[in-house]
Amino acid sequence: MIRAILSFAGLALLMLGASVPAAAVTPDEMLKDPALEARARDVSRLLRCVVCQNQSIDDSNAPLAQDLRILVRERLTAGDTNDQTINFIVARYGNFVLLKPPMQLNTVLLWFGPALLFALASFGLHRTLKAQAQPTDKVAAAPLSADEEKRLAKLLGDAPVKN
Amino acid sequence: MSLSTANLTRFAPLLGFAAIAAGLGFALTNDPRKMPSMLIDRPAPKFALPPLDAGSSGLASEDLNGKVALLNVFASWCGGCRVEHPTLVQIAKDGAVPLYGINWKDKPGDGLKWLRAHANPYLKVGDDPSGRLGIDMGVTGVPETFVIDRTGRIRYRHAGPITPDVWQETFEPLLASLRSER
Repeated sequence: MIRAILSFAGLALLMLGASVPAAAVTPDEMLKDPALEARARDVSRLLRCVVCQNQSIDDSNAPLAQDLRILVRERLTAGDTNDQTINFIVARYGNFVLLKPPMQLNTVLLWFGPALLFALASFGLHRTLKAQAQPTDKVAAAPLSADEEKRLAKLLGDAPVKN
Repeated sequence: MSLSTANLTRFAPLLGFAAIAAGLGFALTNDPRKMPSMLIDRPAPKFALPPLDAGSSGLASEDLNGKVALLNVFASWCGGCRVEHPTLVQIAKDGAVPLYGINWKDKPGDGLKWLRAHANPYLKVGDDPSGRLGIDMGVTGVPETFVIDRTGRIRYRHAGPITPDVWQETFEPLLASLRSER
C-alpha cells in the first residue's frame, strides 16, 4: 500500500516536472549579464505571444515572439526598468499582450467573477439544503393524530399481529 | 408570495443555463485574432526604410505626408498576401488610393523576387527585414493594411487579406469619408 502511494507520488512529481514548459530562448539571444538575462526572462514570461496567443513570448517559438524577446533584451540593456520595457510593448500591442490583465473597470468581472460565482453557488446550495431540511422538521414536530396513534400501537405489537 | 418563490426556485436552473448559454454564445462571436490596434487615431511612427532593390528610393514616413493613403504590410512567404494581391493590383490600376508597401520579415531578395514574379501594386516599397517597424505599428502577422489620413494619423487597421468584399464594404466608404475631412 505504502509502496503504491509512493510510486504514485513519484509519478505525479515526474509528470509535474515534465509539464514545465521548455523556454524557447535560444543561446544567441541570451544576454551576457546573468542578472539582466534573468530580468529579461521575467519580463518575457509576462508577455503574451500575439501570434500563438496562449503562450508567453518566453515559451513561444514564433518568429514574432523571438523578435519581441530580442526587443525586450535591447530595452533592458538600454537601461529601461522591467515596467518601462513592458509599457513599451503595451504601447504597441495593448493590454492584450499582458498575460496577467491589469485591474481596471472593464476587467473587474474577470478578476472577481469567479469569487462572485462561488458566492452565488454557495448561497444557492445553502438555500437548497435549508429547503430540503425544513419539511422533515415540520413532520417530526407535528403531533400524531388519533388514527396515527392507533396505527402506531398496532405496529408496536399492542394489538394482535397478523401474518 | 410562497408561490412566486417556488416558481423562481423551479426556474433558477433554467435561468442559470440561459445566462451561461448567452454568455458563451456572445464569446463565440468574439474573434481573439481580431486584436484592437493601439495606434488608431495616433500618428503613424516615423520611419525610413531601405528599398528592396538598390535602384529605387525605399519608403519613408514623409512619403505619405498630406494624403489619404494605404500602408500594406506583406511578405513573400505569406499565403494571405497572395489572396489579396489581385485586389491590390486592381486598386493600383484604378488609381483608387496611393498604395505603399512594407516588406515584412523577408529574406534578402525574396520580396523583390515575389513582386517581380507577380506584379508590383505599390508606389513605393520599404524593406523591414527585422520586423522592427512592424512591431512599432503593432503588426501581429501579414497581411495587414493601415489607412493613414492626411495628417499622418492611422485611422484604421485591417488584419488579413483585403478581398473585393472587404474593399467595397469597409475601405471605399472609409476612404471617401477621410477624403472629405479637412
